[in-house]
Amino acid sequence: MGTTTTYREAIRASLRLALQRDPKVFLMGEDVGRYGGAFAVSKGLLEEFGPERVRDTPLSESAFVGAGIGAAIGGVRPIVEVMTINFSLLALDQVVNNAATLRHMSGGQIGVPLVVRMATGGGRQMAAQHSHSLEGWYAHIPGIRVAVPATVTDAFGMLQAALLEPDPVFIFEHATLYPMEGTLDESPVDLSRAAIRRDGRDLTLITFGGSLPKTLQAAERLAQEGVDAEVVDLRMLRPLDMDTVLGSVARTHRAAIVDEAWRTGSFAAEVAARIQEQGFDLLDGPVLRVCSKEVPMPYAIHMERAALPQVEDILAAAQELVGHHV
Amino acid sequence: MDPSPQAMLKEMLRIRRFEERCAEAYSAGFIRGFLHLYIGEEAVAVGAMHALRPEDAVVSTYREHGHALARGMDMGAIMAEMYGKATGCSHGRGGSMHLFDASRRFYGGYAIVAGGIPVAVGLALADQLLGRTNVTACFFGDGAVAEGEFHEAMNLAALWKLPVLFLCENNLYAMGTGLERHQAQTDLHHKTRGYGVASEVVDGMNVEAVFAATRRAVDVVRLGEPFFLEARTYRFRAHSTADPELYRTKDEVEAWKAKDPIGTLSAWLKLEEGLTEADLRRMETEIQEEIAAAVAFAEASPLESTQELLRHVVAAPQLQEALP
Ligand SMILES: Cc1ncc(C[n+]2csc(CCOP(=O)(O)OP(=O)(O)O)c2C)c(N)n1
Ligand SMILES: [Mg+2]
Repeated sequence: MGTTTTYREAIRASLRLALQRDPKVFLMGEDVGRYGGAFAVSKGLLEEFGPERVRDTPLSESAFVGAGIGAAIGGVRPIVEVMTINFSLLALDQVVNNAATLRHMSGGQIGVPLVVRMATGGGRQMAAQHSHSLEGWYAHIPGIRVAVPATVTDAFGMLQAALLEPDPVFIFEHATLYPMEGTLDESPVDLSRAAIRRDGRDLTLITFGGSLPKTLQAAERLAQEGVDAEVVDLRMLRPLDMDTVLGSVARTHRAAIVDEAWRTGSFAAEVAARIQEQGFDLLDGPVLRVCSKEVPMPYAIHMERAALPQVEDILAAAQELVGHHV
Repeated sequence: MDPSPQAMLKEMLRIRRFEERCAEAYSAGFIRGFLHLYIGEEAVAVGAMHALRPEDAVVSTYREHGHALARGMDMGAIMAEMYGKATGCSHGRGGSMHLFDASRRFYGGYAIVAGGIPVAVGLALADQLLGRTNVTACFFGDGAVAEGEFHEAMNLAALWKLPVLFLCENNLYAMGTGLERHQAQTDLHHKTRGYGVASEVVDGMNVEAVFAATRRAVDVVRLGEPFFLEARTYRFRAHSTADPELYRTKDEVEAWKAKDPIGTLSAWLKLEEGLTEADLRRMETEIQEEIAAAVAFAEASPLESTQELLRHVVAAPQLQEALP
């Protein structure tokens, strides 16, 4: 049995453990040191490990992500924090053209054992430039791994597991999860399997990251109405564990995907496509998607709520699915 | 120990003849994709590489055949790479623009302009953190100096006192855009003042001058700070095989050819060091033999099996890639 802690503290504990255990590990990013991290994740680590290993960078996303790639090739173990996914767009060249390609372009000579973490997602009234959910874009890219921890245990464990990977691992931490409390189990986690977070017989709700708490809430509400929903937490967007997804759909025959990204070209679209490609005969009806509305994220709270997937939207999708059956 | 001028002449000639052969192979359809020739600029690669040690790292661009050869990479493996063969230095995944040799710390050709510069900064950061006194030499063109990645990387290297040699091959053109049409400050070495990075400009058509300037620069870098060396040079050939060369005059090209680093060095060696026509012929013969062997190796080499298509994407096969 584990201890109760927050998602934020679980990541901090994981960072601390990594820094203690391996002198080659260092953390770098904007305001990770003196400031303590934009989300206070790395608070206290500068004092404990010093400015060389908890390294504040200039506002140069491309340079410090690229430097992380070079440093990883050069034999150290960087953990790069990009403040948020919104700013990671300035480093996309380094990610897409270098981190993801070097092993392949070099015919296997050069690997990039790099961990990049960043906050993602909306729901905090940050408006259109600070609310993106673009982890699905990263999942498009072969050559990197994409982790989306949704629990305290995964927040801790996925970072540890990422540091054992010989390839770049991108960890997307949904910003609304940082204060979330949960039970921390420090045993090793893997970076290949999805997890069933709630068993159910009537339908499968597939989700990840910041949408997991909402989806679990929706499942509880459905239970009150006598509908038994299974909840699958993808955990990894690349590689994607379709065995777990299809195993669940084989039991429930109905599926909806909850994804905070815009519907068009969303990761939910990928999951839906694979379910019908690989499990068409398992289905009793169409695979539904609960996504954000196709609008830049508005600031006003009621508008933002209307744009993001809400528990009610998940319930509506579930009812539609169950209705299909009757 | 200083390299002899004669040895450097041969190295430049080796790069020149190799690339001439590449151009032929391209015309004949054996080499495809992009092919960016370095012809005219050989003095920079040869002079600079002699100032580096084997344990130093090199990061280059898509115009990197000269750097790869001067760094000691096997000519056959380079040619085979361009032929797309399994025996190529990148097993046919890279082609002309992505040559790699980890054993020589040749960390590749980068085909996004300026994209390799942050990686070079990171390699230097690793050296600094591990207490190694290596230098990372990063080659890029004048065009790259306009990119944000260059400026971000320069600031980071200066801020953290990283041992990076920024080596700008200023050949006066970014594809078809002349220097004065893409830079407000055309004296590129002046640009680093704002970052507090020391710099120097050198005649990139003079191999001995490049060697000497690079050695001075490397001495500074090895003590733990970046340096920017601008080598003024010129490419005699088109930007790539796709370039119709509408942006410069034949006269301009001819004027630069009069400064050919190979022609001027061999003329000087004949005048001052008694280099004979026979010596030159012997050099040519040896080089042609090596090239012929490289071509034969490339031609005879097998293609990588498409069974291997998904190899080297990640270290272990991903779940999803194993799926149908
Ligand atoms: C970011 C980016 N923009 C545009 C291009 C297309 N491109 C390839 S080479 C080149 C010119 C680069 O000039 P320079 O840096 O001077 O190098 P040179 O080719 O002269 O050696 C351009 C525009 C590219 N590869 N990458
Ligand atoms: Mg140029």
